[in-house]
Amino acid sequence: MKIKVNNKETELTQGNNVASLAQQLELPEQGVAIAINNRMIPRSQWAVQEIKEGDSLVIIKAACGG
Amino acid sequence: MEKLIIAGREFDSRLFLGTGKFNSNQQMEEAILASGTEMVTVAMKRIELDDKEDDMLRHIVHPHIQLLPNTSGVRTAEEAVFAAQMAREAFGTNWLKLEIHPDPRYLLPDSTETLKATEELVKLGFVVLPYCQADPTLCKRLEEAGAATVMPLAAPIGTNKGLQTRDFLRIIIEQSNVPVVVDAGIGAPSHAAEAMEMGAAACLVNTAIAVAGNPVEMAIAFKEAVIAGRRAYEAGLGIQADNLVASASSPLTSFLNE
Repeated sequence: MKIKVNNKETELTQGNNVASLAQQLELPEQGVAIAINNRMIPRSQWAVQEIKEGDSLVIIKAACGG
Repeated sequence: MEKLIIAGREFDSRLFLGTGKFNSNQQMEEAILASGTEMVTVAMKRIELDDKEDDMLRHIVHPHIQLLPNTSGVRTAEEAVFAAQMAREAFGTNWLKLEIHPDPRYLLPDSTETLKATEELVKLGFVVLPYCQADPTLCKRLEEAGAATVMPLAAPIGTNKGLQTRDFLRIIIEQSNVPVVVDAGIGAPSHAAEAMEMGAAACLVNTAIAVAGNPVEMAIAFKEAVIAGRRAYEAGLGIQADNLVASASSPLTSFLNE
């Protein structure tokens, strides 16, 4: 399924939920957050939150800043 | 020295550190530890899918340090609420440095959106520390909205120009019932000491330490300046004369001629 991750076309190759995307992208256990179509998805919901074709996801992590 | 208390948490250090502009994460961590700070800001960015860079988070997570995620990059209250929710999820804290500055040239905070976002974020259970204009009226409004502190600017971010808003900071400190953290523009330890002597609860410093010739030594200098300034405030400064007429500090009896 084709989706967008941080505005980049991405193929979700396994499963159809946020947890499977996190696994595919090898996201760390801590320090990241994911939103689907500008709605934040708590980590506790990753395994049950479906991703649909064409969804736009934002994944953030820590950065240096004041 | 009195402890600083914000939202029920006690802080021994009244120096907060930003994490931008250091040459390396290692240097940043050394400066943080040398400064004695217990509050460190962290920003957010979008991951790159093939990104294998050093994770800065592991350099700032220490048991004595409260992480303070910021909302840098947002332009409206609505975006700030979204960023806050992402930060809470990513970093496991409901503490937030709210900063909304849509103008990239001066990075001055948008007061209307900052107040609106503070109201919404407090309702959502965030501990909100808003970066704001040195506007006494706005700071009272932020306090009434439930802000845990107010963080008025001394000068535009990264300018190192010191307490350009000095007189307004004095009014804010006089009127505030929440801790006043002077944020942005502090460029030298003497600036931080002056803010603390005025009664500021804390100072937030980033650029002045990060771009110093020796950031670790500068972090120590700021630590000492903040302690000195606070100690002086608590000791009670002498009154400054409004003219240059001297007032002798030694007896003026003429022991040589009589």
